[in-house]
Amino acid sequence: MVLHPAPEPARPVVAILHGALVDLFPGIERRVALDAATVDELIDALDARWPGMRDRICDSRPAIRRHMNVFVDGRRATLDTPLKPGDEVFILTAISGG
Amino acid sequence: MAERVLLLVGTKKGAFILEGDTTRRSWALRGPFCETWPMNHVVGDAATGTIYAGGGNEWFGPAVWKTSDFGKSWSHSSAGLAYDAGAEPIKSVWSLASGHDRLYAGVEPAGLFSSDDGGETWRHISGLSDHPSRADWHAGGGGLILHSLVPHPVDKDQIWVGISAAGVFHTADGGRTWQPRNRGTRADFLPDDQRYPEYGQCVHCLVIAPQMPERLYQQNHCGMYRSHDGGRSWESIEAGLPSSFGFPAATHPRDPSTLYLVPLNGDMHGRYMPDGKAAVWRTRDAGQSWADLREGLPQQDVYYGVYRQALATDDLDPAGVYFGSSTGALYASADEGESWQQIAEHLPAILSVETMVIRT
Repeated sequence: MVLHPAPEPARPVVAILHGALVDLFPGIERRVALDAATVDELIDALDARWPGMRDRICDSRPAIRRHMNVFVDGRRATLDTPLKPGDEVFILTAISGG
Repeated sequence: MAERVLLLVGTKKGAFILEGDTTRRSWALRGPFCETWPMNHVVGDAATGTIYAGGGNEWFGPAVWKTSDFGKSWSHSSAGLAYDAGAEPIKSVWSLASGHDRLYAGVEPAGLFSSDDGGETWRHISGLSDHPSRADWHAGGGGLILHSLVPHPVDKDQIWVGISAAGVFHTADGGRTWQPRNRGTRADFLPDDQRYPEYGQCVHCLVIAPQMPERLYQQNHCGMYRSHDGGRSWESIEAGLPSSFGFPAATHPRDPSTLYLVPLNGDMHGRYMPDGKAAVWRTRDAGQSWADLREGLPQQDVYYGVYRQALATDDLDPAGVYFGSSTGALYASADEGESWQQIAEHLPAILSVETMVIRT
């Protein structure tokens, strides 16, 4: 008999989306509660709710886009950054353009 | 029959639409659209009225935008518009073309995608990226971009593409296999004994003649060329032009021997209008002779350029001709280039101009 570890329970976190990203998806909320154990899962959850959002935040490496910033606990996160219940995840645009 | 003439303009800061009637004397401007993303190419499908805009944004990546109500509302998608994990991600969409109920997108880094559902989802045509020469493709000044997309008007399996700086490639089997088609075009930036390679040329713009699908024209970084055999061989048609350097080319809607160009003063000399005087150049004999068209264009202190997709014709009779400048000026001719009128002056840098005539 093979014992499998119990799956990680989903964790309630809050995503806070920057205005320019919100503008690309008319009608969405700036603050949204989701269940996710990592930033990657959080972005998947956002994409499930608003199809296409993952492509705006992440590239195909896959990685968070160079000029996008995801902050967790005040620090820049990667897709692998773990989340704990109650975390607020800020998804922002970095300085860029011309 | 009512006819609406739309100019579809891609700029460094969004897409714009200008609308006029068949007199093409007065225009109404709308925009910027697409959240002011850089839009490299905006094209229209006159049969459905759908407009597609391809570009990329430093923050949010590449996408093809779409409107079915002439710009009132837009959606965007890049579903499937991606290389495999681990590969260099797509930076932006550079060119769009429709053919045989399919939409094609050329991207940076150079590659080709297709959509069978009007731009909602995309599929990588991997045969081009798998070409044995791929490792030798080098970026030009604008990046490693697939900027010219020419579906065959009759045979759905044939497509030509232009890539800077890899050259012209052609498929006859729907994209599974590709062949370089650059024989006779120069690469002045290579050593003397390597100036006519099989591939690696810096094609700037590739267009196909109406009614004659074996006749192609290309403005190259190093010369102006015509092919009579679908690109298997090329011959120079730059004699009579003020410069062998320029970016765009545009065919006449009906006459395969009429072509429009905007020669610039040279790749190492500023890339602006020769002698600071704006002109579009036209041949009526497939490049054997050229005439400069200047009436109504500024003839003093013109130091702008015209990018590779920023020259277009419409399909009215007489044909309209249009070009946009790197400084955001837009010009129109309603008489095949004989006379010109400035119709916008202060747009962002203009990256592309296309036309769509709606008949109802």
